[in-house]
Amino acid sequence: MSITKPAVKDRMAIERCVMVEQDPLERAKNFNEVNKGLALETALRESQRCLECKKPSCMEGCPVSVNIPRFIGHVMEGDFAAAAESLALDNALPAVTGRVCPQETQCECHCIRGKKGKPVAIGYLERFVADWSRENLKKDMEKAPATGKSVAVVGAGPAGLTAAGELARKGYDVTVFEALQKAGGVLVYGIPEFRLPKKIVQAEVDRLTRAGVKIETDSIVGRTWTLDELRQKFNAVFISNGAGLPVFMNVPGESLKGVYSANEYLTRVNLMGAYKFPECDTPIIKGKRVCVVGGGNVAMDAVRTAKRLGAEEAIIIYRRGKAEMPARVEEVHHAEAEGIRFEMLTAPLEVVGDENNWVRGLKCQKMELGEPDASGRRRPVPVAGSEYVIDCDVIVVAIGTRANPLLTATCPEMKLNPKGNIIVDENGMTSIPGVFAGGDIVRGAATVILAMGDGKRAATAIDNYLKK
Amino acid sequence: MFKVIANTQLSPNVWRLDVMAPRIAQVRRAGQFVIVCRDENSERIPLTVADASPTEGWITLVIQAIGKSTRQLVELKPGEFIRDISGPLGRPTELAEAGAKAVCVGGGVGTGVVHPIAQALHAKGVNVVSVIGGRSKPWVFFEAELKRYGQVVVCTDDGSYGRKGFVTDAVKEQLEAGGVNVVYAVGPVPMMRAMANLTKPYGVHTVVSLNPIMVDGTGMCGGCRVTVGDQVKFACVDGPEFDGHQVDFDNLWDRLGMYKPEEKNALELFQHKCQCNQ
Repeated sequence: MSITKPAVKDRMAIERCVMVEQDPLERAKNFNEVNKGLALETALRESQRCLECKKPSCMEGCPVSVNIPRFIGHVMEGDFAAAAESLALDNALPAVTGRVCPQETQCECHCIRGKKGKPVAIGYLERFVADWSRENLKKDMEKAPATGKSVAVVGAGPAGLTAAGELARKGYDVTVFEALQKAGGVLVYGIPEFRLPKKIVQAEVDRLTRAGVKIETDSIVGRTWTLDELRQKFNAVFISNGAGLPVFMNVPGESLKGVYSANEYLTRVNLMGAYKFPECDTPIIKGKRVCVVGGGNVAMDAVRTAKRLGAEEAIIIYRRGKAEMPARVEEVHHAEAEGIRFEMLTAPLEVVGDENNWVRGLKCQKMELGEPDASGRRRPVPVAGSEYVIDCDVIVVAIGTRANPLLTATCPEMKLNPKGNIIVDENGMTSIPGVFAGGDIVRGAATVILAMGDGKRAATAIDNYLKK
Repeated sequence: MFKVIANTQLSPNVWRLDVMAPRIAQVRRAGQFVIVCRDENSERIPLTVADASPTEGWITLVIQAIGKSTRQLVELKPGEFIRDISGPLGRPTELAEAGAKAVCVGGGVGTGVVHPIAQALHAKGVNVVSVIGGRSKPWVFFEAELKRYGQVVVCTDDGSYGRKGFVTDAVKEQLEAGGVNVVYAVGPVPMMRAMANLTKPYGVHTVVSLNPIMVDGTGMCGGCRVTVGDQVKFACVDGPEFDGHQVDFDNLWDRLGMYKPEEKNALELFQHKCQCNQ
């Protein structure tokens, strides 16, 4: 199919497409994906909204510098295979990022069309191309000749998978060590099926294994293997083991039954399939009224999961206002449509238990916004005398994660910052020669795309290092 | 995939599974555990490595069959496979110094957990006395194994084997006799609590091994949080062994019961299916 591109003034007349979604009331009862993707005609039409700017500002906001006008240009021509090829050069996991990236703060916010009207739906188009490619192209990775050198990757999350893919493409023999029983990291244990179907992650993992990447599951570096052993067996190591240590609220009552970290709650449901209990063996406390503390994407995932598990009411408790929530705008909109209640400017004080030590409620305090803090957001200040109890039987704590010390504790010579994150130089190399790191273990809890960017840069740096 | 090479019933509800896991067999140390996931849809269950042969590549798991998941595990025949075993996890046991006297107390399935501790203590030159118990003779196991590492005192509730009474009575005698530097106690929560209460007035350091509900075993989920002293600890990475005099056993016991109704439901469905298949 080859299509002539419309004139610029005709492009201006096209309105932004609307993503087809499952009906909110229906989807709040199932785990199927919310967004259904763009139909071919819709994608074509949306691509025609792109003005193919000479100096495209959309690319500036992309952590992996996807050449956005180039791939959209191919879509506009109806050459989806070329679009897919173009995307693949910049982004190892487009089907994932097309679904989970915060486009509104990265690429789409820079789009010139957004100045007067709505930006081009870059995320939707990226997803369209990736999905089309997965279903229509059975093309394996093109690899450079084997270098004869090997690289170990620690952790099969977004950073690790990206690095593994890039390194395999450059001709390295890559082995990924994954602690859990499945590859994917946060993409399989954290992000729910209704936002990122697991078969999409699996397809990406399969593509890597077809390219010769070996994935060793059930392998915990720091326990099953030491970093020193990996350094002896491989020419270089990339550490991308994530920020897998949950932060709790540190309020009284947090050890009561019915209090979960978001990590545990989501892992039970996503990785272990607790929503299918007893077909899957891992149980979860479903809860009639569920409070989720936090305002990020993880909190949105948890609260929408609670609703899908059958909660009559699922409530977000956040100490700042809606505008300050770090979650993706689309997730907040989806949550609102699904009937999630938002208790804003509310901070938890204490978990209240019943006589059998089950959660009965969450004692909270109202806040008001004061002066901006270090993050630039207005600092929440408690309102005196505003304490009240929200009745609930399950509480999910989604206020962030810290660096998991399992690996770093076993290599004291590696330099860490005071928070326990690995310190790297401008090439992503740690204080140990030949050992690189990226993703949340370096940044603290961040996004999938930033982790992928680290993986991509590290692969280049490792390639340069090993070529020396 | 991890191949089962032997399955032996040790007591009416405890089985010993020997499984090929060469890497874990090589690097595991006393006190560490693994997470076992039998199949695609199975739970991840933490189990202590009760023994291992680094040269032959096998590890021993001692399993009490209580719920659906553990019953499925103990049904595995030699030649069959466990899909996932990850580890070794947790901190190794802090072993007493050579020449010290240690009492190793095992209650029920805890006898399997205390076995590698006694083994490692003995290898280090610690004088080991093991005290193990069960409700009656068929419930006592690992007596011969533990005898390799020192004296073994067997207690049964009904006196059908060894001495009549609880393990606490036998340990009290050891404490009264004096010279005990440390007690390692592993068993059901009420037993470990009783043991910690018993040793406290004697001022004898008492190590207990906790087995709270866990998912990943790497510190990621925080489900295994236990209160020790005034601090919240993750049993998977900070433990599983803690100072018994500091552990909040009430909270541990309580949290262990979090999924009672779900466990019952799963077990009933499982048993019903088994009956239908017969």
